[in-house]
Amino acid sequence: MVSLSDYLILAAVLFAIGIVGVFLNRKNLVVLLMAIEIILLAVSMNFLAFSHFLWGASGQVFVFFILTVAAAESAIGLAILIVLFRNRHTINVDDLDTLKG
Amino acid sequence: MTFESLIFYCFSALLLWSAAMVVVIRNPIKAVLFLVLAFVSAACLWMLLEAEFLAIVLVLVYVGAVMVLFLFVVMMIDVNLAVLRQGFTDYLVLGGVVAILMVAEIVIAVGPAHFGLHMVPAPAALGAHYSNTRVLGELLYTVYVYPFEIAAVILLVAIVAAIALTMRRRPDTKHQDPAQQVNVRAQDRVRLIKMPSEPKG
Repeated sequence: MVSLSDYLILAAVLFAIGIVGVFLNRKNLVVLLMAIEIILLAVSMNFLAFSHFLWGASGQVFVFFILTVAAAESAIGLAILIVLFRNRHTINVDDLDTLKG
Repeated sequence: MTFESLIFYCFSALLLWSAAMVVVIRNPIKAVLFLVLAFVSAACLWMLLEAEFLAIVLVLVYVGAVMVLFLFVVMMIDVNLAVLRQGFTDYLVLGGVVAILMVAEIVIAVGPAHFGLHMVPAPAALGAHYSNTRVLGELLYTVYVYPFEIAAVILLVAIVAAIALTMRRRPDTKHQDPAQQVNVRAQDRVRLIKMPSEPKG
């Protein structure tokens, strides 16, 4: 039988893959957004696993909201990416230093 | 090994492999396609967790809409991959160490000693009359109706922001201005000129 810890370990490994994606592709903005999607998927997996094993549908409602916010986030992120590419002709994170923060 | 564990391990392996390919593959279009594969495998695992509605929503909304959006954007912009891949191997070691440490820590916390089957027994399978969509809908429209409305507003803000950010008026395109069309008056357009009639020659 599949236990709760199996799902939690799977989500942990998925989360780590997302973090490594942020580390490795720190110049490519598109792959950065995709790594964030992987991280959110791992979090949703945790919510659903607990919801299934602890008998409560509230975890599924939370995953519903995570999906909503993630869709909005990626839509706005891609829109910003398009505007950025139109103005600067690059999506390299290192070139985005206009603000000199 | 039961059939359920067989399905779990197959789709987990597929999910982890495709997620790893997303972050290491060179071509961004292939990365998006691997992300689609990862989402579909995750949807199958969510089916195993008896979250049928969310599994279908993940395929329809995520794979159907968001990933297609990603694909469009990746194909629209042509990026110089050689520049973007600089420093990839430099951070591989650091990222790998961080990932291994993080997974080890989480596994110590959530391993079988704390969340195994003897601590959290597997729930009994739900009957055929049980509807996941119905339960979720009843929760969303009663207990969580206020967050649900806020989620709707967030989506609206996302639509407006995405359109406002990317829309631009190009001067060479032909377009109508409805305000001007409504405000036009007959005397601005038609000019009546009195002319004396010419005598018959």
